[in-house]
Amino acid sequence: MPARLSHLDVLESEALHIMREVAAECKNPVLLFSGGKDSIVMLRLAEKAFRPGRFPFPLMHIDTEHNFPEVIAFRDKRAAELGERLIVRSVQDSIDRGRIKLRHENESRNVMQTVTLLDAIQEFGFDACFGGARRDEEKARAKERIFSFRDEFGQWDPKNQRPELWDLYNTRVHPGEHMRVFPLSNWTEMDIWQHIAREKLAVPSIYYAHRRDVVWRGGWLPVSHLVQPREGEEVKNIMVRFRTVGDMSCTCPVESDAATAEAIILETAGSRITERGATRMDDRTSEASMELRKREGYF
Amino acid sequence: MDLLRFTTAGSVDDGKSTLIGRLLYDAKSIFEDQLQAMERSTERRGGTGVDLSLLTDGLQAEREQGITIDVAYRYFATPRRKFIIADTPGHEQYTRNMVTGASTANLAIVLIDARKGVLTQSRRHAYIAQLLGIPHLIAAINKMDLVDYSEAIYHTIKTEFSAFCTQLGARDVSFIPISALHGDNVVDRSAHMPWYTGDTLLNTLEGIHIQHDINLRDFRFPVQLVCSPQISGRPDFRGYMGRIESGSVRAGDEIVVLPSGHRSRIKHIVTYDGNITEACAPQSVTLTLEDHIDISRGDMIVHPENPPRSAHEFHAMLCWMSEQPLQPRGKYLIKHTTHTAKAVVQEIEHKVDINTLATGEASELKMNEIGRVLIKVQRPLVCDVYRNNRASGAFIVIDEHTNNTVAAGMIAAV
Ligand SMILES: Nc1nc2c(ncn2[C@@H]2O[C@H](COP(=O)(O)OP(=O)(O)O)[C@@H](O)[C@H]2O)c(=O)[nH]1
Repeated sequence: MPARLSHLDVLESEALHIMREVAAECKNPVLLFSGGKDSIVMLRLAEKAFRPGRFPFPLMHIDTEHNFPEVIAFRDKRAAELGERLIVRSVQDSIDRGRIKLRHENESRNVMQTVTLLDAIQEFGFDACFGGARRDEEKARAKERIFSFRDEFGQWDPKNQRPELWDLYNTRVHPGEHMRVFPLSNWTEMDIWQHIAREKLAVPSIYYAHRRDVVWRGGWLPVSHLVQPREGEEVKNIMVRFRTVGDMSCTCPVESDAATAEAIILETAGSRITERGATRMDDRTSEASMELRKREGYF
Repeated sequence: MDLLRFTTAGSVDDGKSTLIGRLLYDAKSIFEDQLQAMERSTERRGGTGVDLSLLTDGLQAEREQGITIDVAYRYFATPRRKFIIADTPGHEQYTRNMVTGASTANLAIVLIDARKGVLTQSRRHAYIAQLLGIPHLIAAINKMDLVDYSEAIYHTIKTEFSAFCTQLGARDVSFIPISALHGDNVVDRSAHMPWYTGDTLLNTLEGIHIQHDINLRDFRFPVQLVCSPQISGRPDFRGYMGRIESGSVRAGDEIVVLPSGHRSRIKHIVTYDGNITEACAPQSVTLTLEDHIDISRGDMIVHPENPPRSAHEFHAMLCWMSEQPLQPRGKYLIKHTTHTAKAVVQEIEHKVDINTLATGEASELKMNEIGRVLIKVQRPLVCDVYRNNRASGAFIVIDEHTNNTVAAGMIAAV
């Protein structure tokens, strides 16, 4: 008997199996790559699943143009290193073409990504999209299948999901419908960092502790062209890191000195706040906000 | 650290949600923001403090109705193990959810309300756990606080349920008296039940041996993808990608490809991290062979000893999951390992009354019903009996027109 497999080995093998099922059964898959840590792990898993061959799908990023510049630079560098094709579709484009109406200039663009994403899926005729979502992130996600069916409007119907038995995935869709596939469903934030440490994966620098100007709005918000200090607000310069890297206008860093993946693992073990709870102002609006967004076709 | 997947089964109000909440809370896997959200919800519904059962409430419709409607997955870890919980609701109409949760589980916790004793539903849950081949069962006798922590009541329930499990053929069953609400014997030992000397629930979950849950004897490698990238420097590379579903394999091993019957030897076991000399279930690897033979997705690579069967026709247990009942002579697709085949249900041999376990004749199988059928497939399945090998004995039934998954199937005899 070979050495016993660790929980990471088992999770990794499960993810490879999922990715290969998609490659074998879906006609036109795509991998959604944001430059964030979960999708970075997904890319490593794709290498493990398909090398020495090429990826049997392109990468795609839905760019809000509210992204951290470090993340965009990282995205381009990583895609180039891998020698895989990267498609970028931008929310700004959807706004310019009138597909999205803004209520005000610097509004958070997390929700708007849905429109751009669904348009891109239609444009390329994708029938399966790999996403990096994890079930430990949020209540609605906890109920979502690994192969999550989307109707022709890109919508998720949580009450009418296909039963998912063993690891026999039903990938069949009619034209115009598609699957969202989540190989990291069973991973937690901790597993992700353990994997990053084990594989020595590079991640955008903002995941590690650094000094940054922030203002307090019920959470620290990074000062940028999107978030300008308002009158009476004090700008502080503190050591922070980001646990997620979303829209700069609503993604909060946490105070931290953790400068390596190992240090983050230690911090995560002691953390008393969930990843999204700590960092996403857009999730706090109502108990059901992620579920509502997902029903509309969000990631 | 290894990984244990378990499912929880109980009737409505037996305390499943409270138990999971308690387990996560005491194992320090509930975060402060979740606690605060639970406090707010509890207050909104006119309660005070924290109702731990709210943690597992997922969707809006559930929060409105106060019930769980679908399988949800939860995660926690202790220094010894990582756990994945498939949390499934216990209503009559949701057998399909329990089957779903049970299909990937190493262990099932069946909750029994100490005041009510062994109910029809408790038997049903044990039956489904056994049918799905879950190797370990824990009967958690809950709400002991409401029966004065009575040892006599615990023993009466234990004796009755134990007899029933023996009748089912369940081998590994543990019994634990608990109070999910107050935390007795969940993570911390109960001060109220000194007569109970066994492990707490969490200790039991941490200690159960799971290495043998996968069949380690029979090597089964269903081919998922053929990789022939035509890369410069390695023009002849031809690898067979897949996951070892059971058993193990070494470089140099003699193998047979089924259903063709062609023989060869393993040349390399290729992984991204380099070639390895030996691999075991459930590793995903790429195999190369000494000889160039025609192999495609859906074929299975195995050792010549203990080969699986190739079957055009087989008997199976089906759990039906669709509003549209199964009709005899109905045509479907079945997906078994990496192979999808057209199939026809020749005959419904019998239906199981999951409350009494009595079998009877049936002209159809309705949603949430379980029965034994005879299935004929267009191309032979390379398979094992589910009891011997979960991975190569399980299949799903797909309706070709709606694309829905309409049944879970387990091969009973070939
Ligand atoms: N006294 C007592 N009440 C309990 C216990 N476990 C659960 N309950 C209560 O039983 C009710 C149903 O529990 P819940 O967890 O929602 O049950 P579920 O439907 O199985 O998820 C709730 O009011 C719980 O507070 C226990 O051990 N003792």
